[in-house]
Amino acid sequence: MTAVPSAPARRRSSGGLMATLKHAHYVISDNPVTGLAFFMLLVLVLAALVGPFLVPYDPLASNTMAALQPPSAAHWFGTDQLGRDILSRVVVATRLDLAIAVFSVALVFAAGGIAGIAAGFFGGWTDRIVGRICDTIMAFPLFVLAMGIVAALGNTVTNIVIATAIINFPLYARVARSEAAIRRQAGFVQAARLTGNSEWRIVLTQILPNILPIMMVQMSLTMGYAILNAAGLSFIGLGVRPPTSEWGIMVAEGATFIVSGEWWIALFPGLALMFAVFCFNLLGDGLRDIVDPQRRT
Amino acid sequence: MLKLIASRLATAIPSLIGVVIVTFLLTRVLPGDTAAYFAGPAATPQAIAEIRAKLGLDKPLPVQFVDYVSALAKGDLGTSLSTGQSVAHEITTRLPASAELTLSGLILALVIAVPFGIAAAVKQGSWIDHACRIITTAGVSLPVFFTGLLLVYLFYFRLGWAPAPLGRLDVFFSAPETVTGFYLIDSLIALDGETFRAALAQLVVPALTLAIFALAPIARITRASMLQVLASEFVRTARAAGLTSRTVIITYAFRNAMLPVVTTLGMVFSFLLGANVLVEKVFAWPGIGSYAVEALITSDFAPVQGFVLAMAILYVALNLIIDLAYGIIDPRARSEA
Repeated sequence: MTAVPSAPARRRSSGGLMATLKHAHYVISDNPVTGLAFFMLLVLVLAALVGPFLVPYDPLASNTMAALQPPSAAHWFGTDQLGRDILSRVVVATRLDLAIAVFSVALVFAAGGIAGIAAGFFGGWTDRIVGRICDTIMAFPLFVLAMGIVAALGNTVTNIVIATAIINFPLYARVARSEAAIRRQAGFVQAARLTGNSEWRIVLTQILPNILPIMMVQMSLTMGYAILNAAGLSFIGLGVRPPTSEWGIMVAEGATFIVSGEWWIALFPGLALMFAVFCFNLLGDGLRDIVDPQRRT
Repeated sequence: MLKLIASRLATAIPSLIGVVIVTFLLTRVLPGDTAAYFAGPAATPQAIAEIRAKLGLDKPLPVQFVDYVSALAKGDLGTSLSTGQSVAHEITTRLPASAELTLSGLILALVIAVPFGIAAAVKQGSWIDHACRIITTAGVSLPVFFTGLLLVYLFYFRLGWAPAPLGRLDVFFSAPETVTGFYLIDSLIALDGETFRAALAQLVVPALTLAIFALAPIARITRASMLQVLASEFVRTARAAGLTSRTVIITYAFRNAMLPVVTTLGMVFSFLLGANVLVEKVFAWPGIGSYAVEALITSDFAPVQGFVLAMAILYVALNLIIDLAYGIIDPRARSEA
């Protein structure tokens, strides 16, 4: 970002639904890969919303008669060591995995966004404190810090959400800071100041709407990372506990059977995980190309 | 050069202070009463009070912090509750295993990714460029523990090329005499070809797992930065002067393109050290990562704290080395100091 935008982004209020659809069509037809990513997102959201009602089996019901069966017509993804249907478990797990990622990203979006805007807009000691917090978090290998936080706060899903939010904090705070800093003396901000708006009002009505698009891109880009991070934590036994369906823990359960050749237990939840992360990475790249064409690679 | 090292060291100190404060605070936010936790569920209030006094938890926070730092200065990281072993001792004996794995993974990734990125940039738009783009996008979406399991299935179960994913050395071999702690180097020093081969066989698949993980960001940044350098005027001049494309690419472009790659290595290390924990778990690798994971499951906090601190100090040190390497590659960075 080098150019300072001259006008506040506030043109989508008129036109309503049609304009939104038109814009979505433009975005998708411009880059088919982004279209694909939107389609993948749709699949994920549907699986999270209605998946639990559609699955053929109860994801927690064990059936030792049908344990460790390879994929078949009755069990498309096979069954695990307790005879639970893996397809059902993979689909049902979507909701929990997405929820962890969505909540942690929303949390860090609010906290990192506010801290970053304040740092960039007000400068001075606010900037120094936020910068120091970011530096300290970045001094840790991020996954290791997440492990430490979950270990200290307690081994629960909520704390996985919090830990994932904390390790992403510097990314958000820095983007928000630099975007707010280049706008603090922009013409439209000075005009707002001249007409008697308070500083916080300027932040809310002038700065925030303008940096929202770039923050949305950041959200999409870190969403994939948040999913990977949460799955990694549950893979090593943190947060989610069996018999809950969650992709990371299902891969961990399948890990013991890989060496004896029962590949389907770990493969399908792992593929689901890849599908979700890949979707958000593609989406983030596509959105970034639209919002910030200079960084296109 | 000495001055540069001194100034870079000075910039690492605030990070170190921050790291120590955070790891200290992590113990203080433990849910519930730490003393009651250490005393166990059947403890009387009096026993808890005694333990509190013994652990120094009745003192004000700043005093506790001073105690913590002075213990750290003596190399004391506390004792593990479940094994009764000193955490510092356990971490130092396990560190070489983790370091051997991580470094092998990183070197493998660099050896593959850098030439790959260069080739993709030189032959822009060719099949190798497209392959590079696909691999870099897919690579960042791969959960590292999942890649590890897939490789185990392929190389151990299907093909039978790799030994069972159970640690650093097959049970039939004894570890070489410890000199560096790296089995590959130690077995070479001991001139023990058999052990070397056995250790290598155990190392290849986990190292490959880490390499696949680290490959994507390195290849991506190499390609992007080579593209930028190849389009610059001094490369055009070098070409116009009639230098062979080999000289232009290797001597002129590559050295300049390496700078962003070295900078990215800092981020790659952050991911690698985290990924290392997961890979160690998959391959039952006896490093500090699996030590921390075992401790996490039993809620044994001192090892986890020691592990987080050790990893963070390692990471700060690695970033320092990267800074110094930057100064060696780029003379301009040296004069700024």
